[in-house]
Amino acid sequence: MSESVTTPNLEAPDAFYADLLSAHEKLGKEESDAFNARLILLMANRIGDLGELRQLLEAAKVDRVSKQQY
Amino acid sequence: MTKLFEVPLYPYKRTADQDAPAPVRHPVVIIGAGPVGLAMAIDLAQANVPVVVLDDNDKVSVGSRAICFSKRSLEIFDRLGCGDEMVDKGVVWNLGKVHFGDRQVYNFNLLPEDGHKRPAFINLQQYYCELYLVERIRALQTEGKPVEIRGGNRVENLHCYDDHTLVTIETPEGAYNLEADWLVACDGAGSPTRRMLDLDFVGRVFEDNFLIADVIMKADFPTERWFWFDPPFNKDQSALLHKQPDGVWRIDLQLGWDIDKEKEKKPENVIPRLKQMLGDDVEFDLEWVSIYTFQCRRMEEFRHGRVIFAGDAAHQVSPFGARGANSGFQDVDNLGWKLKLVLDGKAPETLLDSYSFEREHGADENILQSSRSTDFITPKSEMSRIFRDAVLDLSEHYEFARPLVNSGRLSVPCTYDGSPLNGPDVSSLPQRTRPGSTVVDAPLGEDWLLDHLTGEFVLLGLGVDIPSDNEINGVSLTGITIGRENISPELRDRYLGNAAAAIYLIRPDQHVAARWLDCDQTEIGAALAKAIGGKVQ
Ligand SMILES: Cc1cc2nc3c(=O)[nH]c(=O)nc-3n(C[C@H](O)[C@H](O)[C@H](O)COP(=O)(O)OP(=O)(O)OC[C@H]3O[C@@H](n4cnc5c(N)ncnc54)[C@H](O)[C@@H]3O)c2cc1C
Repeated sequence: MSESVTTPNLEAPDAFYADLLSAHEKLGKEESDAFNARLILLMANRIGDLGELRQLLEAAKVDRVSKQQY
Repeated sequence: MTKLFEVPLYPYKRTADQDAPAPVRHPVVIIGAGPVGLAMAIDLAQANVPVVVLDDNDKVSVGSRAICFSKRSLEIFDRLGCGDEMVDKGVVWNLGKVHFGDRQVYNFNLLPEDGHKRPAFINLQQYYCELYLVERIRALQTEGKPVEIRGGNRVENLHCYDDHTLVTIETPEGAYNLEADWLVACDGAGSPTRRMLDLDFVGRVFEDNFLIADVIMKADFPTERWFWFDPPFNKDQSALLHKQPDGVWRIDLQLGWDIDKEKEKKPENVIPRLKQMLGDDVEFDLEWVSIYTFQCRRMEEFRHGRVIFAGDAAHQVSPFGARGANSGFQDVDNLGWKLKLVLDGKAPETLLDSYSFEREHGADENILQSSRSTDFITPKSEMSRIFRDAVLDLSEHYEFARPLVNSGRLSVPCTYDGSPLNGPDVSSLPQRTRPGSTVVDAPLGEDWLLDHLTGEFVLLGLGVDIPSDNEINGVSLTGITIGRENISPELRDRYLGNAAAAIYLIRPDQHVAARWLDCDQTEIGAALAKAIGGKVQ
């Protein structure tokens, strides 16, 4: 996996995180799921490159318990 | 009014074979006069290969069935001598509307690429397609070409031998036998041939039913393709409205697997749904209703010794993307010239294994594409539904999401990457015309490039002089030279890129076999030998 996918790159991590949470604040579970799906699709389009998207799909597969990739 | 599909086109007639003391041997026998069997017969007859088509019926297919014929099929029909008939009758459309739930989310204009003789596709009832194919066979017969269609001839039994197959045929006047050097089974999805030989039909991916209705509108109605995802009149399923010739509109309603077919087909159940689709004030007559059931699958191998399978007999896909009949014509295109070379003793029998390789690859591609469409149209899990709905919701507002909307990807010809017949490539030449791909049409002087590729091997020189008639090991090779001054911008873009000149070796089925920037006679001979499966021993 290329470094650039997982090295810190966010310009303002705290601000982005707060914005992400507040976007979900008034949403029910179903609306939140739909919102997330739309957001993933928009972000994917912004990235565009299939190789990079596949790396992201891999990188997201971290196991919460063992802290290992599955 | 008598409908086209009620008229016997090739009624049963007694033939001399039925009175022969011993079974008569034929080079090629085709089982099934559906679109695929008919096209196969034309291809062989044009090449002077004697061919007999057997069909248990004597009419074109009932109802519209396949209605969308792709550009590649039209190009194949051109080579078979009946492209104009299809295109003149067919409907061309470019405007579409996509609906999600109870609203329209966007509309589109297909704007097909310029510089091709044929449109991206036409809509035409399958019975017209079959009619024009039969008429073409009649014209070939008038020219004295060796082709016969025998209606009322039902194949009942087969005995396979190393060098031929014994075929037992039932007719209204009793049974008879004949022998076939090569048997091509084009007997449809339920293929009796497959059953008689006890062959598999595996790889089921999903199963579905479609209610198909042809309606005649009583007033003007736009020539557009309307697609619905999860509409109120067909919850959790899809619906499609399409224009056909003669003022007929075709409606496909996806029904899912567990349904009561008889009930769904009743006009009192069909008409209210259609009214919901079209609007209460639209008046129409219901012409034909049928339920179409399919599984997505293919035979493990398309060649079994002297028996070769083509069309639905070999593979079946969902109707999304119109890949049924269209892929069958590509089978024919691939098989015809190979059979001819093998029968003429110019190529080894193993050339026919490349038919299996290439068309099994094609079938896999079609099954993959149609499975992806189905996964989009009928989401299989909660999360896939969430994503599907997200795509559709976004598509209403943003253009970027529209390419993700998948209501069927239109059938495009398969590229035979990795085929054992492919020769040398030059990677700096345009990707889309690499070995294995179909020749991409382009304007050439007053006409079109594809008009010049009529069923022989062709050596095409762009900016290179090629002698016009060549023969290598008995295989004729037509040379075509396109001088520098005649290279249109489309030809440059599709065949040269930045190169000044190039040479393409093109197969009789208009697929690229090899290409060079420059080459000598030995290299051409080697590529040609490879393209016919190696030299005859
Ligand atoms: C109701 C229906 C709707 C369809 N809708 C669509 C659609 O919307 N879009 C799409 O792309 N495709 C559609 N298809 C599929 C499309 O029609 C097929 O892909 C196409 O017809 C395949 O052509 P074929 O020549 O391989 O087989 P077929 O057209 O099935 O022809 C097989 C022929 O073999 C003959 N035969 C069978 N057994 C014997 C025997 N023992 N002896 C002699 N002859 C025999 C039959 O009489 C028939 O003429 C539909 C099919 C059906 C049935």
